Amino acid sequence: MTHMLAIGTQKGLFLASSDDRRSWRVSSAHFPGHAIYSVAFDTRGPAPRVLVGVDSSHFGPSVVISDDLGATWQEPDEAPLAFPGDIGAAVERVWQITPAGPIEPSVVYAGTQPSALWRSRDGGRTYELVRGLWEHPHRPEWGAGFGGQAVHTVLPHPADPDRVLVAMSTGGVYRTTDGGESWAPANRGIKAYFLPDPWPEFGQCVHKVARDAADPDCYYAQNHHGVYRTTDGGDSWESIAADLPSDFGFPIVAHPARGGTIWNFPLVSDGDRRPVDLLCRVFRSDDAGTTWRPQQKGLPDGPYYPVVLRDALCTDDGDQAGVYFGTRAGDVFASADEGESWSAVAAHLPDVLCVRAAGA
Amino acid sequence: MPTLLIPGVLRAEAGGAPRLEVAASGSLGAVLDEVGERWPRLERRIRDESGALRRYVNVYVDGEDCRRSGGLETPVPAGAEIQVLPSVAGG
Repeated sequence: MTHMLAIGTQKGLFLASSDDRRSWRVSSAHFPGHAIYSVAFDTRGPAPRVLVGVDSSHFGPSVVISDDLGATWQEPDEAPLAFPGDIGAAVERVWQITPAGPIEPSVVYAGTQPSALWRSRDGGRTYELVRGLWEHPHRPEWGAGFGGQAVHTVLPHPADPDRVLVAMSTGGVYRTTDGGESWAPANRGIKAYFLPDPWPEFGQCVHKVARDAADPDCYYAQNHHGVYRTTDGGDSWESIAADLPSDFGFPIVAHPARGGTIWNFPLVSDGDRRPVDLLCRVFRSDDAGTTWRPQQKGLPDGPYYPVVLRDALCTDDGDQAGVYFGTRAGDVFASADEGESWSAVAAHLPDVLCVRAAGA
Repeated sequence: MPTLLIPGVLRAEAGGAPRLEVAASGSLGAVLDEVGERWPRLERRIRDESGALRRYVNVYVDGEDCRRSGGLETPVPAGAEIQVLPSVAGG
């Protein structure tokens, strides 16, 4: 099997491949000079499709796909994502591209800035706005964090195409059970310490949400301070930060097959966005967040300052999961043994915005 | 017939052409509407789907910055030269 790693950076996309997930071949930059905030592998078809959110600071965003692992790229003449004329808004950035479950093999979701959800029914070539979320009465009160106001997480239910959970910053977690017609906030138990009412119905600054591999009603959320778990599909959340050295950070990911195993990358605090103890390390839990332990064998052992952004930590779908992360210093690391040991994939790339991995 | 001058970075969206002749005249908006019909990928690099000029794209009509001369309503006489240039921006 060939293992593939897509590395989206501030100035281009890099595609890496490996036979053993320890030694990597890294391409030169695709879309040089363009920011790649989102990338996905769609492995549901006969050949893996790479979908890339390509963002030009001058010429706007687009979604481009490749069915030959980056040898050629396809982009439709008409904009893949565009607000209908009656709305009068414009897509500023594509923050997330998520293939739906195997029961909807041609459906792909995208999350954008401004906060909107989009659904493609042609494998990710073109997308339609999910109006139910766009027209939500809470919209005027959704705010923008430093990165803008965006739907950055889309989690389609693996077995029920009517159920989708999204996360936006700021705004929080919302979910639909009717295929996107209606949406309800799902933030009970998640603190928004930066608001006058720290326990609002919505308005939380969620940084990333991951779904548990074994229980589709169990999710994990890394918030702007606060790490949480829900076991009832988002009806209520409880803190799982007690055993972490900090509850601040951006990414959180779940093991692809084993329930209860998750990783994150804690930072000191909102006001001090550096790795805790200046150590380059991830934290792993095998009991759904009750206890955590650091994993850093093979990672830089000196003071390390760069952070890992919300989509710059991922797993692959291997039996023994590979774990990957990239930093704003352009360093990319891979683990073939679920985080127990690490090797470098690349160094000195532009700031890493996202990573995604798959086998082919 | 107005002529559109295409910067190198956008020529792939214009079939490689450095200059395009358009039939429409009257206003910059009308010219860009025609560009959207004939070269849609080029037009959406210049304007977003709400119809607004992208923030870091500048368009000059006979040497005048359209943002100072009426925006998309800037008059475009037959024979005008319209230059599209990326602005100085980015990091």
